[in-house]
Amino acid sequence: MNILVCISIVPDTTSKIKFTQDQKKFDINGIQFIINPNDEFGLTRAIWLQQKHQANVDIVTVGLSSCEPILRKCLAIGANKAIRIDTDPLDGFAVAKELKELCSKEKYDLIIGGRESIDYNGGMVPGMLAQMLQMPFVTNCISLEVKDDFVITKREIDGGIETTSCSLPLVIAGQKGLVEETDLIIPNMRGIMQARQKPLEVIPSIKSVSKSEIHKFEELPPKKSVKLVDKDNIDQLIELLHSEAKVI
Amino acid sequence: MSVLVYAENQSGKFKKSTYEVVSYAREVADKLKQKLIADSINSKETNLLSNYGPDKIIEYNNPLLNDFTLQNYSSIISDCAKSECASLVVLSSTADSKYLAPSLSVNLDAGLASNVVSIPESFSPLTIRRSCFTNKAFNLTILKSETNIICVSNNSYGVKENKSKAEIISKKIAVNQDKIKIESKNKSSGAISIADADIVVSGGRGLKGPENWYLVENLASALGAAMACSKPVSDMGWRPHSEHVGQTGKPVASNLYIAIGISGAIQHLAGINASKVKVVINNDPEAPFFKAADYGIVGDAFDVVPKLTETLKAFKSS
Repeated sequence: MNILVCISIVPDTTSKIKFTQDQKKFDINGIQFIINPNDEFGLTRAIWLQQKHQANVDIVTVGLSSCEPILRKCLAIGANKAIRIDTDPLDGFAVAKELKELCSKEKYDLIIGGRESIDYNGGMVPGMLAQMLQMPFVTNCISLEVKDDFVITKREIDGGIETTSCSLPLVIAGQKGLVEETDLIIPNMRGIMQARQKPLEVIPSIKSVSKSEIHKFEELPPKKSVKLVDKDNIDQLIELLHSEAKVI
Repeated sequence: MSVLVYAENQSGKFKKSTYEVVSYAREVADKLKQKLIADSINSKETNLLSNYGPDKIIEYNNPLLNDFTLQNYSSIISDCAKSECASLVVLSSTADSKYLAPSLSVNLDAGLASNVVSIPESFSPLTIRRSCFTNKAFNLTILKSETNIICVSNNSYGVKENKSKAEIISKKIAVNQDKIKIESKNKSSGAISIADADIVVSGGRGLKGPENWYLVENLASALGAAMACSKPVSDMGWRPHSEHVGQTGKPVASNLYIAIGISGAIQHLAGINASKVKVVINNDPEAPFFKAADYGIVGDAFDVVPKLTETLKAFKSS
């Protein structure tokens, strides 16, 4: 089985979000970058399939050379090969087009992305890629079991879980549940040493065209300070929620 | 040219988020001076949509469409958008609508923006405001295609009644077997889902153990609220993952969010930031949640929450 995991590289979850002075770009000063958490759940699941079914796991990102340390980390976690499509990603559609080009050349049985990236929260690349490749797609995927070329997946729906089955090839957008937080693989020294020898291919972009662009960013408006209510005066809280906030 | 809104239903019944998105699309269609068309698939109450202002409702019926499947739903809505020359397709932010959007975008060669939080800032070029960095910021995005798609965040616009004499057209539709087969659906019966809820009551480690969850349950049932929890609580297995809200869990955009015994880590606050009013109950006055909340009570959850539940019940019945 040939698996591709699509990786987005995002600011660490504890980052303070700031923008450049013209509000046009995210300010990367002092920011630590990580594998997008939703993608990392998928990567870990792929490594399990590699261990159990001898699957090949390639990872790919669309980005500039600054992405490479994170790609090495994915190799240290256990991926066989890393691919970097050499361009600054413009929007979800353009990224999906770049990935489509790769997937039309290299045949993957299973393509794993994340439900959304925690930076732009577009939630669109895996679904667009699936549609471009005319492959079935399961989003919000919280369980994936493969038997030969038959797959059982679970998808989180509003207020429940849907279990579905289909044949490979398949594209999924994963999230927590695919593996647990405690299952995430922390690279060990052996993995890190091996990662140095593993292939990291840089392939040229097809210069796909975007359908959207970010005009500017806005920080959140400053928060009014909290109104404290005495713990022995619950009536006052209810009065505030009713007459002032008008939510009950 | 027209605006097309997808009026999603669940087991034949419309949800509040559907009425909200139809109301939103009505205002956008007025601003664009275009007709508003609503698509409805296998609804048992299609006529109710006319309370929110569409000019035309197209209903599709086929028993094979009772369950949402991506390929069939996507081709019905894309075909309709093409034949009605839609300039804009408006969707809600439910699990199924967000599933649908990327596929529609490819079919229609359309620009797509999710998490849209208000009426477009401008129509030429089409500029929308959306939340990003998991509710830690906003961005203004320009959509550049001839047809564009937006997913409107829940509770960001509200439901606005606007009775119209909508023409209802019923269409029979042929359905193909989807490549993905639905084996089963497990819905927690009776419980309100976080996505649909106006009010969410959430518990954290401060509750000391799963056996104390009756505090959250009682308050939630008094308010008709959905239940949620913080990440450590779901990691420890006290509550199911489906209740975990935060940056890597579910986003919450309710009108009222009540946090009990949750300290307010930055990742948690990011996930609930879109909620309108936040109330925190915590015995630690230094808990970061007090900086993010609108109202707060410093006190022991085991003492405050039962009192709050009782007072609320009395308030509701009066």
